[in-house]
Amino acid sequence: MQLMGIGVLTWLTFLPVLGMVLVLLIPKDQKDAIRWSSLIVTLIQLLLSIGIFMKFDRGMAGINSEAGMQFVEKATWIDIKSIAWFGRIHIDYFVGIDGLSVTMVILTALISAVAILSAWNIEKSVKGYFALFLLLDAGMMGVFVSLDFFLFYIFWEVMLLPMYFLIGIWGGARREYAAIKFFLYTLFGSVLMLLAMIALYFSVNVYIDANGVIYSVTEAMKHGLDGLEKMYTFNMLAMMDPGNYVPGSLLAGAHTSMRYLAYVALFIGFAIKIPCFPFHTWLPDAHVEAPTAISVILAGVLLKMGTYGLLRISFPIFPDAMVHYSWMLALLGVISMVYGALVAMAQTDFKKLIAYSSISHMGVVTLGMASMNTQGITGAVFQMFNHGTITAMLFLIVGVIYDRAHTRGLNEFGGLMNQMPKYSGIMVVAFFAALGLPGLSGFISEAFALLGSFQTFRVLTMIAAVTIVITAGYMLWTLQRVFLGQLPEKWKGLTDMNTREAIMLWPLALIVIFLGIYPSPILDMMNTSLNALAGILDQARHATTMMGMN
Amino acid sequence: MSEQILKDLHLFYPEITLTITFCAAIITDLIFRRTSIVVSSVVMIGLVITGILVLGQSGVQASIFDNMIAVDPFAYFFKMLIIITAILIVVFSLGSSELNSAGRKLGEYYSLLVALTLGMVLMAGASNLLMMYLALELSSIASYILSGYTREAPDSSEASLKYVIYGALSSGLMLYGISIIYGLTGSLDIYAINQVLAQGNYNTIALLIAGVLAMAGFGYKISAVPFHFWTPDVYEGAPITITAFLSVASKAGGFAMMIRFFKVTFIDSNAVSVPVGVWASLKGFEWYHLVAVIAVLTMTFGNLVAIWQNNLKRLLAYSSIAHAGYMLTGLVVLSNEGLAAIMLYFVVYLFMNLGAFYIVMLIANQTGSEDIEDYKGLGPRAPFITVALAIFLVSLTGLPPTAGFIGKLYLFAALLNHGWIWLAVIGALNSVISLYYYVRIFRNMYLRPSEQQQVTPLNFTMLQKVTVLVMLVPTILLGLYFGPLVQLAQASVKIFGTP
Repeated sequence: MQLMGIGVLTWLTFLPVLGMVLVLLIPKDQKDAIRWSSLIVTLIQLLLSIGIFMKFDRGMAGINSEAGMQFVEKATWIDIKSIAWFGRIHIDYFVGIDGLSVTMVILTALISAVAILSAWNIEKSVKGYFALFLLLDAGMMGVFVSLDFFLFYIFWEVMLLPMYFLIGIWGGARREYAAIKFFLYTLFGSVLMLLAMIALYFSVNVYIDANGVIYSVTEAMKHGLDGLEKMYTFNMLAMMDPGNYVPGSLLAGAHTSMRYLAYVALFIGFAIKIPCFPFHTWLPDAHVEAPTAISVILAGVLLKMGTYGLLRISFPIFPDAMVHYSWMLALLGVISMVYGALVAMAQTDFKKLIAYSSISHMGVVTLGMASMNTQGITGAVFQMFNHGTITAMLFLIVGVIYDRAHTRGLNEFGGLMNQMPKYSGIMVVAFFAALGLPGLSGFISEAFALLGSFQTFRVLTMIAAVTIVITAGYMLWTLQRVFLGQLPEKWKGLTDMNTREAIMLWPLALIVIFLGIYPSPILDMMNTSLNALAGILDQARHATTMMGMN
Repeated sequence: MSEQILKDLHLFYPEITLTITFCAAIITDLIFRRTSIVVSSVVMIGLVITGILVLGQSGVQASIFDNMIAVDPFAYFFKMLIIITAILIVVFSLGSSELNSAGRKLGEYYSLLVALTLGMVLMAGASNLLMMYLALELSSIASYILSGYTREAPDSSEASLKYVIYGALSSGLMLYGISIIYGLTGSLDIYAINQVLAQGNYNTIALLIAGVLAMAGFGYKISAVPFHFWTPDVYEGAPITITAFLSVASKAGGFAMMIRFFKVTFIDSNAVSVPVGVWASLKGFEWYHLVAVIAVLTMTFGNLVAIWQNNLKRLLAYSSIAHAGYMLTGLVVLSNEGLAAIMLYFVVYLFMNLGAFYIVMLIANQTGSEDIEDYKGLGPRAPFITVALAIFLVSLTGLPPTAGFIGKLYLFAALLNHGWIWLAVIGALNSVISLYYYVRIFRNMYLRPSEQQQVTPLNFTMLQKVTVLVMLVPTILLGLYFGPLVQLAQASVKIFGTP
C-alpha cells in the first residue's frame, strides 16, 4: 500500500515529524491552530491505521520470514564498501508489520489521537508541548514498525528526550525527580540493549550481491557464492535464523552462557519498560507526575513497547534462552501481578492506584507470554491491546476529575454518581473492564493468558488467579469511595463531562465493549503470526528436551 | 644528508607555513599594536593556507628527515582535525568578550595560538622520541602562557601555575622513560626501537617501567587519570576559547602521538594479521592492560566528579576527561577497528564539544556567568541557542540520533568484537552516569524558572548563530548518515611503516 509513492508505514511514522515541523512554524500565540494541526495529524494517522486494518492479510504469518511481512519497505540507508579489515557495512531502512505489530500500530494511532484531545486544555507553552508530543508519537510508531534492530534502537531512544521534557515541564510537583528517574532507568536498560545488539551484529552474517539483494546463508548456499559478499547485519529476521550465525562467534550455538547473558541484557532493557517487578519503581512516580495525556501515552503505548520487544526480539532470536528462563519470566509476571494489586489496594491517590494496577495488568501479559503456547501468547498480545485502551480510559477519567477538583485523593470524594451521571457511566465501563468482568474486553485476554499459562506453570497460575479477586476488591472499593455514598458539600458545583471529554472517552468505551462481545477482529489479525511464534518456541523446547537440558 | 632534507622539505610545508605565520603575527603585532583584528586576520589566513597544504598531503605515505616525522594518512587526519579546531577557535576568540574586554592586546594571544597549533601538528607526525618530546614541550609552553592569558582573573594565574608544575613533572617523567628506552635499545627512532625489541632479548620490567613513565607524558596531554589533576583548574581558569582548544586539539595531538608510540614501538610486526587488521603486542609487555585500567579509571572518575560541579566550564572539563577515557578503550582493542573508532569519535567530539563550549561562551558573554544556577529559565530567553546546547549535550551523552551515538557505537562495537565485554559494559554504564549531569543543564534551562526579576531575551548576532550551525549540522547529520565518517576513519588508520 503506497500513498504518493511512499509506503504507508513510512507515512505513519514520519507524518508526526512533519506535523512537528508544522507546529514549530506556527507562531506561539496561535494556540488553537497548533492544537488543531496536531489533532489533524494524529487523525490522519488513525485513518491510515484503519486502512491497514482493512487491507491487512490475516493469513500471513511474518515473525521470522520476510515474505510473511506486510506493507514492507526496504531501502538502503548506510552502505560502506568493504575494505580489507573492516568488511562491508550495510544498514537498511527496513519496516514492515505482521500480526504481532499490527495491533500495536493501530493502538498507537488510536491512543495518540485520544491523548491529543485530552491535552486540549494545556495552556503552558502549547507549541513546545505539541511539538514534543508529535516527536514522541513518531518514535513509538517507529519502534512498532522497524524490522531492523538498528532502526528499532534509534526509535526506541528518540522517545526518551520528548518524554523527559513532557513530564519535566508539564508535570506535577515532583516532576523533575520523576522525569530524571524515568530517563535514567530507561537509558540504563537501553545501553544494555545496545551492547546485546552489537553482540548480535557481530554474530550474524548474510550475503549481499552487487545489486544490494540480501541472501541468508542457506539461500546463498543454494544460489552459489559467486558475486556474493559476506557481511554482518542488523536485520532482525536474519538474526532469527540459526543458520546465519557465524560459527565460533559470540552468540553462535544454543544454550551458551554468552547467549544467556545477551538475553538477560535485552530482558533488563525491556523489563524496565514493561515495567516488570523489580524494575518498576519509576512508573508510579512518572505516572503521578505526568500530565494526563502523557500518562495515557505512557500506560497506553509506552509500556507495551517492553512486552513487544520481548515478543519481537527476545523470543524469536533467543528461543533457547527463552525456554531456559521462561519460569523466571513467569515468576516475575506473577510477582508483578500480585504485588501490583496489593500495593494498588493501599493507595489513596487515584492516579497512583491506576499506576500500580497497570503494573499488575502488565504482569498478566508477562505471565501469558512466558507460557510459550499459542493461547498464552495470544492472551498476552490481546491483553496488551486491551490494557492500552482500558488504562488509557482510566487515566483520562482521573484527568477529567482532576481538571475539575484539582485533587486526586480518593477519600475526598463520594457520591459523584448523581452529580456527574455521564461521567460515572463511562467510569463504570472502564472499572469493570479493568477488573475483568465477562462481556468486556479485559476478561477475554486475561482468561486466555491464564488458560495458556496454566498448561505450563500450574502453581504459579493458581497464585496469579488470586489477583483477580484482589483487583475486583480495590476497583470496587474505589468505585464505592468515589461514586457512591454521600456527596461532600464542596463538590456540589462539579460539572459533568463536556463534549470534548465524551468524544475522547466514548470511542474507547465502545471498543472495550465491542471486543468483549466479539473479539475476533483483533484476534484474527494476530492468530497466524502468534501461531508461528509459538511454533518457533516449541521447536526450541523440543530441541532443549532432546539435549537433556532444562 | 642535506640533499635528503631538501628533498623532504615539500612534505614539511604545512609546518613551515605555521612557523611563518607565527613570525608574521609577531611582526604585524609590532606594527599594528592597536588593532588586533589585523593579527587575527593574518593568523586566520595562515591557518587556512596550512589547511590547504595539509589537504595536499592526502594519501601520502612517507617518512621525512631521517624518520623524525611521518607523513601518513594517520597524521593527515589528526593535522586536519587540529587545524579545523584552530580555525574555529580563532573565530570563537573574535567573539569572546572575556578576551576582548579591558583593552587587552591580543597580538600575543593569536601568535601563541599558532605556536600551540604548530606543536600539536608536530605531535601528530612525530615518529622519533626526541621529536615527540620537543613537540610536546612546544605545545605545553604555549598552552601555559595562554591558559594564564586573562591574568587579572585570579584563577587564571593559578591555573597557569598549576599547569606548569604538572607539565614539568610529567614531561620529566616522560623524558626519564625515554632515556630508559634509549638505554635498552640504543635508538630514539620508534621503528628502530621496534626492530630491536622484536628480537626479544630485553628486560621486561625495565621496559614496563619505561612504558609507564612515557605514559605519564601522554596521559598528561590527554588528561587521563591519574595525570589529570591539572585539568579542572586549568579548564576553569583559562579563557574559554583556550579551554575549548585544549579539550579538543591538545587531546587529539596527545592521542595521535600516543597511538603512534604504542602501535609502532610495541607491536609484534611478525604477528600482525593484515586481512582482519588485528595486531599483537610484543611478548611480555602487555601494555594494553595498563591502558584498559587507565581508560576505566579515567571515564569513571571524570563522570563521577562531573556530577558535583556547578561551574559549567569545570563540568565540561570533567566531561572531557571522561571522553578521553572512552576513546582510550579503542586503543585497548589492538586492532585497526579500535583505531578507526577512536578517530571517528574524535571527529564527532570536535563538533559536539566545541559546540558546547562555544555556547557556554556566548551565554557567558551576555550573562557574565558560567554557573549552572544562572542557566535557570534560560530556555525561553534564548530558544535557538539553548536548543543547540541541548543537542550538543545529548550528543555528548551518546543518544541517537546524534553523532555522539555513532561514536560510542563504533567504540563499543570494536570492544565487543574483540571480546572486551567487561570494558564495553563499563563504558555503557558510564554513559548512563554522564546523562545525569548533562541533564542537570537542560533541567535548569527548561524546567526551572529564572530567579531574576527581569527576564530579557538574549540576542545573538547572525554570525554567532551561523557559527553554532557550523557545528550543529554535522552533529545531527553525522548521526543520521554516518557512512562518509566511517569511510574517512577507515582510510586514516594507516600508520607509516606498520601493517
